Amino acid sequence: MEAQYIYIGLAAAFGLFMAWGIGANDVANAMATSVGSNALTIKQAIIVAAIFEFAGAVLAGGEVTSTIRKGIVDASLLEGQEELLIYGMLAALLAAGTWLLIASSKGWPVSTTHSIVGAIVGFAAVGIGVDAVQWGKVGTIVISWVVSPLTSGIIAFLIYMSVQRLILHQDDPLTKAKRYVPIYIFFAAFTITLVTILKGLTHVGLNLNLRDSYLLAVAIAVAISLIGAYFISKIEPDKKAEKSAHFHTVERVFGVLMVITACGMAFAHGSNDVANAIGPLAAVIGTATTGSISAQSTLPVWVLVIGGGGIVIGLATYGRHVIATVGKKITQLTPSRGFAAELAAATTIVIASGTGIPISTTHTLVGAVLGVGMARGIEAIDLRVVGRILVSWVVTIPAGAFLAIIFFFIFKTVLP
Amino acid sequence: MANVLANIFGSSPVQPLEKHINIAYKCAKQLHGFFAASVAGDWETAAEYRDIIEKLEHEADDLKKEIRLHLPKSLFMPVPREDLLELLLVQDKIANRSKDVSGITLGRKLQVPAAIAEQFLEFVDRNIDAAKQARKSVRELDELFTVGFRGAEVELVAGLIEELDQIETDTDEKQAALRSALFAIEKSLDPIDAMFMYKVIELTGEVADMAERVGRRLELLLSH
Repeated sequence: MEAQYIYIGLAAAFGLFMAWGIGANDVANAMATSVGSNALTIKQAIIVAAIFEFAGAVLAGGEVTSTIRKGIVDASLLEGQEELLIYGMLAALLAAGTWLLIASSKGWPVSTTHSIVGAIVGFAAVGIGVDAVQWGKVGTIVISWVVSPLTSGIIAFLIYMSVQRLILHQDDPLTKAKRYVPIYIFFAAFTITLVTILKGLTHVGLNLNLRDSYLLAVAIAVAISLIGAYFISKIEPDKKAEKSAHFHTVERVFGVLMVITACGMAFAHGSNDVANAIGPLAAVIGTATTGSISAQSTLPVWVLVIGGGGIVIGLATYGRHVIATVGKKITQLTPSRGFAAELAAATTIVIASGTGIPISTTHTLVGAVLGVGMARGIEAIDLRVVGRILVSWVVTIPAGAFLAIIFFFIFKTVLP
Repeated sequence: MANVLANIFGSSPVQPLEKHINIAYKCAKQLHGFFAASVAGDWETAAEYRDIIEKLEHEADDLKKEIRLHLPKSLFMPVPREDLLELLLVQDKIANRSKDVSGITLGRKLQVPAAIAEQFLEFVDRNIDAAKQARKSVRELDELFTVGFRGAEVELVAGLIEELDQIETDTDEKQAALRSALFAIEKSLDPIDAMFMYKVIELTGEVADMAERVGRRLELLLSH
């Protein structure tokens, strides 16, 4: 009996630490664009991020958590030696956490998702056996790591092209912005609400049929769009600021839109990344309490709450500084460009979350930024950094796997 | 700690380029006070203006070097890097010419003949106008980047450049008139002074020439 508490205690500690790290570092990517473009103050950004990261984690984080928990390792091979899965998941959490610490201190742009998936595959393949890995599923995940930045890049490219064509290239961009931005708000709100309703609300006990889900999403999106339109109608041109920057007032209109997409981005981030921290934790809890892996125990909501809470704590303790620093550095992402990137990334991530695929939210956002750049929207993108992301992409998986294997054998010897 | 999103943005050349043309224009603008003082024979005041011009020219030079350093080949930009560097180079020449012409004038204490003084000062001012118009055009760069070099904004900048061309044509005409006016009185001048006066007129006219070339460079960016 006692061993179980040790396992759960360790897993909870490691999982909380991962969640803290995600909140401290990765959330900044979701929020800094809004702060950098003055659409939100830091304080507002923290509040928005806390609410929507938590909501995303709890409402829509279940599918990805389930994939990390039991989609990668084939549990049927572990009948009778369930403790191996516990050691492995503990090792994976510790390995991913350690690798992220090493990488951050060296300044390498690594992904939490890649680390944890690499670690789980590593301990399963070496610690248990190559057959223990569900290679089909792993293949899908790895392909999604290529597809998700591409998809968000293409969406961002198309969104920004439409912004240029409909608003920025016109003689009276302000009138056009006031007309079209509420429509963009509608689409942003609709996509995110719909995926949440379709994928998220089931485990809080709400079951709607497909038609009702669409109707509800449309209703919510119209409501949000109307609220946005109200705030936009109150924006008056600032003649003095217009003199040095013609698009000053237009960008303020986009600023309203950006508040919405920032909420969406925080929500999407919470829904996908919470799994990196609590997927292994859920696996440990499930196995330790039921004594079997194959048990169809559902994911307890309180585990999602721990993950969401951990992210919020990370955000409040350390993330605010990162948001401030990053916000200052990405001034090229003005509201008109930033919303295109955020909306594209959030849409891609939320859809991935709904399908249960763990992707790198940061890489998806980077793909979106490149998409805006392709639409000639960004002044300068440093391709060396993009190259470094590709390298760390390739290095992270074996590194996570290697560390997980070491920790796995240590736990196997040390733990009861 | 490094952040991917923060680092993916290379330093944008737009603000620095706008800052650079601002300095170059300020530098050219000093020529008004400089020549007003020199026509009046007040070489002390002229020297003060010359100091300001020199300081501004250095400032422009330093900024030019810094911009070049921050534009590595690995940058992905909506316009070719070479075109931006060329633009920077001609912007810098506005400051260079201002420094050259004030240097020659002060070095020789070259007195503009009273008969053409008023005409000459008008010519100087028109050249400064050209530099000012170049600055106005370059200041549209950030808007151009926002719209991806297409649409209504492009026409606006094309209009500014056209205006710049007209100012430059005007300086050419003024320069020709000034030369013939100088030719009419050159026999009454010290021969070497007369030679240098031609030189000063030519160098001053180059301020507008360089301003016009800034316009040409911007136009190249628009055509992408």
